[in-house]
Amino acid sequence: MKDRRQFLKDAATSAVLMSSSGKLGMAAMLGKSAHEDKSKVVIARDPSLHGADNTQPDEQKVLTLLDRAITSYTGHAKPMEAWKSLVPMDQVIGLKVNGLGSKGIATHPALINAVAERLQQAGVKPGNILVFDQNGMFLAACGMTVNRDPSRMRCYPSDAAGFEDEESSWGVARIRLTKILTRECGLVINMPILKDHQMAGVTFAMKNMYGVVDKPYSLHGNHCNPAVADLNCIPVIRDKVRFTIGDAISSVYDGGPAFHPERLWYPNALIVGQDRVALDTIAWQMLEQQRAQAGLPTFAAVGRAPDYIAVAADAQHALGTNDPARIHVVNI
Amino acid sequence: MRTRSVYRILSCILAAAAAASVVSGCKSSHRDPFPASGEISGWTKSDETRVFAASDLWQYIDGDAEQYIKAGVISTSTSDYKYGDQIEAVVDVHSMKDAAGAQRIMDSGRGPDAKSVSLGDAGYAYAQSIVFRKGHSFVRIVAYQSTPQTPQALLALAHGVEAKF
Repeated sequence: MKDRRQFLKDAATSAVLMSSSGKLGMAAMLGKSAHEDKSKVVIARDPSLHGADNTQPDEQKVLTLLDRAITSYTGHAKPMEAWKSLVPMDQVIGLKVNGLGSKGIATHPALINAVAERLQQAGVKPGNILVFDQNGMFLAACGMTVNRDPSRMRCYPSDAAGFEDEESSWGVARIRLTKILTRECGLVINMPILKDHQMAGVTFAMKNMYGVVDKPYSLHGNHCNPAVADLNCIPVIRDKVRFTIGDAISSVYDGGPAFHPERLWYPNALIVGQDRVALDTIAWQMLEQQRAQAGLPTFAAVGRAPDYIAVAADAQHALGTNDPARIHVVNI
Repeated sequence: MRTRSVYRILSCILAAAAAASVVSGCKSSHRDPFPASGEISGWTKSDETRVFAASDLWQYIDGDAEQYIKAGVISTSTSDYKYGDQIEAVVDVHSMKDAAGAQRIMDSGRGPDAKSVSLGDAGYAYAQSIVFRKGHSFVRIVAYQSTPQTPQALLALAHGVEAKF
């Protein structure tokens, strides 16, 4: 039987090997276009997706929007071909959702179900899809019911699966990882929801990884900087969490991460990509634009600019790019 | 370090006391502030009351917990409600060390578009949420749906909670 240290090492190594042999190849793995050295971020919008009453969006419209986003990102004309190019069919695919802000501002169930549906149609067994978040309350906020039956899509929280006894560390991040990430999943699709954050400023792709650790509150110092960047550098996170389908169907532009309906906004969008730093850079821009429209000061002016994004892009972390000139944004 | 441990133990004891009073519904100074189903016209209490000590508040509102801890939260109790099939709401009752802490939290969330309401010692409302302070308690009620009935229904629920203090 492997000891825990070996298990964590193997988990990271297998993820790297799987990445490098994947059909997208190394350039695409980093979200780089084959024709230009830029990280690709697709923002797919459907203004008719969501009404102003905070009811759930139309499921079919969400599925159609997801298809548009994924085909645009991969360049494949058909959604199934696109999915097959993104994920291995024979491994457990984790969907890391975010229900921290309660059901008012959680990853939408329609989006989670749409991703799960397309994964299954592409050939992933239902039991090889595992939806997870920090705890059961957060999963319930995403409309998910706990299920461990391997004949169906599985769903259970990080705390129920347990955390590794051994700490993982990188920089200031010294945490224990959920066994869902280290032992269950071969690849994780990151499914955050776009929000303002009282401490981090912006919470989206990288910040969503706080839900895979035992003590997320230990990473909140100094506006989560450099903790967010450091956490994402932990090999298992860096290597297994390789694709983000960001939920910007609705968003909270102030007062987050909790649900503040008076600060709710409907971008009616999905933000898709592989470069987590580029994704957060775009997310930050979108929130700033909305705050400006609402007459609110910038994040910097209120003392919570998401400085961790630049740190994640520096040479030491090298998680991606925050340079707008090196991000290829595709609006569809 | 020792001070932190003592604080953590005290927080747990106080939270346990708050939880016990909620569960038992005793009529001491720690009265259950959550109206039962049917007590407020149209509203049903749809879930058990959950209580979080300050040290565990991150499990409920990670990312927001720190501002409550800085303001002196002792424990947070929460319960879900339904208004027919139309509105779902959550009631959070934060027990703070003092009224100043409750006031500080209340002020931090107030925007220029908030409307003052006559609730507790002070309160304000938006279309889908109401907050008020009563003594050292801070109450936040949020509806998940925006309907024509939401503002009035929330106000009725808020008055029901206020009457419990």
